[in-house]
Amino acid sequence: MDIAFIVAVFPKLLAGLPLTLLLAVLALAGGGAIALALSGLRASSWVGARIADFYVYVFRGTPLLIQIFLIYYGLAQFPAVRHSVLWPLLREPYVCAVLALMLNDAAYTSEILRGGLRAVSTGAIEAAKVAGMTRLTMLRRIVLPLAFRQALPAYGAEITSMVKATSLASVVTLMEVTGIARAEVSQSYRAIEVFLCAAMIYLVLVTVIARAIQLLEARLSPYRRPALARSPA
Amino acid sequence: MTITRSDFLKLGLGAAAGLTLGAAPRSAGAKEWKLIRVATEGTFPPYNMHAPDGRLIGFEPELLQELSARMNIKCEMIAQAWDGIIAGLTDGKYDAIMDALSITPKREEVIAFSKPYASAGSGFAIMKEGAIKSLPGTGTRVSLTDEAATKAAIDELSKLLTGKTIAVQVATIQNDVLNRYFKDAATIRTYPSGPDTFLDLKAGRVDAVMASAINLNASAKKSNGEMIRSGYLFSGGLLGLGSAVGLRKGDPELKALFDTALKSLAEDGTLKRLSLKWFEEDITPLI
Amino acid sequence: MDDAVTLLGFGPEGWGLALLRGGLMTLAISACAFACGLVLGTLSAWAKIAGPPALRRAADTYGVVMRGIPDLLVIYLFYFGGRQLVSAVAQMFGHVGPVEVSGFATGCLAIGLLSGATQAEVLRGAYHAIPEGTLEAARVAGMRHWTMFRRIIAPQALRTALPGLGNQWQSVIKESALVSVTGLVETLRAVTIAANSTELPFLFFLAGGAIYLAITTISGLFFRLAEWRAMRGQPAAKVGG
Repeated sequence: MDIAFIVAVFPKLLAGLPLTLLLAVLALAGGGAIALALSGLRASSWVGARIADFYVYVFRGTPLLIQIFLIYYGLAQFPAVRHSVLWPLLREPYVCAVLALMLNDAAYTSEILRGGLRAVSTGAIEAAKVAGMTRLTMLRRIVLPLAFRQALPAYGAEITSMVKATSLASVVTLMEVTGIARAEVSQSYRAIEVFLCAAMIYLVLVTVIARAIQLLEARLSPYRRPALARSPA
Repeated sequence: MTITRSDFLKLGLGAAAGLTLGAAPRSAGAKEWKLIRVATEGTFPPYNMHAPDGRLIGFEPELLQELSARMNIKCEMIAQAWDGIIAGLTDGKYDAIMDALSITPKREEVIAFSKPYASAGSGFAIMKEGAIKSLPGTGTRVSLTDEAATKAAIDELSKLLTGKTIAVQVATIQNDVLNRYFKDAATIRTYPSGPDTFLDLKAGRVDAVMASAINLNASAKKSNGEMIRSGYLFSGGLLGLGSAVGLRKGDPELKALFDTALKSLAEDGTLKRLSLKWFEEDITPLI
Repeated sequence: MDDAVTLLGFGPEGWGLALLRGGLMTLAISACAFACGLVLGTLSAWAKIAGPPALRRAADTYGVVMRGIPDLLVIYLFYFGGRQLVSAVAQMFGHVGPVEVSGFATGCLAIGLLSGATQAEVLRGAYHAIPEGTLEAARVAGMRHWTMFRRIIAPQALRTALPGLGNQWQSVIKESALVSVTGLVETLRAVTIAANSTELPFLFFLAGGAIYLAITTISGLFFRLAEWRAMRGQPAAKVGG
């Protein structure tokens, strides 16, 4: 266990952190948008609901790694794709990775949204209708905020999941933390030290994010804070 | 479950424990070899590849069979990703590597090598209909130890490679050459595995691939002429002294076994026969 | 170029046999890893519920660490360090000499460890869902710990835990794809080799996806069946979050 080596490799790995975060943020943002669209699709018609179900079925039933490979290598196989207007985008490993992460996240997020929406009590919706709110206002002021608060624990798990999933982008040459780690291992032949370093970086990152979500949960649902948290009388 | 400060303390302790475990001593000592496990990638044609039924075939699997017969020891070949193939050897997962592994000073710091059994140059592959129409120096071999010739060849190539993207497998000798000589001219993209570089070359994501010439030939042949080898062929210097069996430093008896067997295969022409069969040229170095 | 049917078939040019073997290996690794995870999850849940504070903290740390490190890194760490770890543990128990640990074993262990952390939470939640009255009654009836576990705790907990465990099983199947980075020939590695060799990535990765979908669907049906059986005679489950 060469401490000097670990100290030297640490900053090299940290250099990948911005890309890790960028991938996660884009994936969550895009995934969230697609999930909202899926929810709308599900509510629109019987066919729409079946399409949404199929989408979720496929993206939750197959490994993310295969999804990345399919989008990156699979699509590039076809001359039609290579000569299409999308090619300048699909050429880039970055775009392909974000796309795969987005589509995958959307499937899970739409299920989380579904659970959150179901938890909005019919009483609240009735009251909103009686108060004369339009559908959009009702969504904006009643349904979505309540659904969001209900879904937050599950969505928090999805956020940390996505951050960890960005490590798979290393298989398509992206140099985020894991990509740099793998290259370092190949160059220095010291797998355990390098991977332990990388693992620590992710651990700290995920712990920080999880704590932030906990704080957000506590703020949004103050009545759920455990009795111990109340200051002594 | 709330995460507390003491959790961070535990993380730290856990990491420390993990680090110390890595220093666990390994038992050494002279071994009587009954079974030798050899690692290869299986994705580096024609040195090693997978047949549809899952068997490992190619120059190295067949060479191992011959070596096994000469040494009179059972040998087993397993597939292992390039990622950490050397780390796996030093860790004891297997006893040798036969994966077109070139002898380089950097690698010799960590592992030992047998005598080399193949010595191919390295070059570039491009798509005939790609961004680069052709590279200069096709058919000419340049030794990296000849500084003047190297500089001239690099300059010529750089003119056409400026602004282009070159794909290479990570942590290979070709990767080192690209980093040393072409870093300013072109964008270098590293891939975990060799076949991925060719897939992206075909897709037009990269403009050239640098790899062992024999490996390039295999891909070019498969592409029915769409992919061609072009440009100078380099050898020597950073590119090492040829492919040899990778071994642990603590196994001198194993090295002796391999060396003796390789010598005998070279002397009776088996190495040359295998080389001609799989590479269509004789690239057996003088042992 | 052969067409898709030939390439996926079982003839000499067909990769069907290799893919099938890959699929079976995926099932094998997933089953072993899930079993590992079940054992670890049960132990960890027990530690969190009824264990001494030190064990409880250890179980908590285990959960935090396993849920905070990407699966890929855990597999790499186990693949490269697993041998040393197992050797160290073996030496603690007095075993002399190096220990042989196969890629399959390290993969199972790595995924099992990952899965165990989440399974611990599932099982813990399921335990807390057991009506307190049944536990009291069991204690009053004089049941010993093991009998109580076997006849009261386990059946009721399993009933609540089944959906969560079913999800975990599906996760394990997908995580098994990551073991391909170690070179073990399961489904993803098999389709990657085929894709590289034939230079038809779309066909083979699609085939790989189909294989995983088939495995998750069929095993999902089994879990649904088990859930249905377990819920016999119970009032309809409230729609949970």
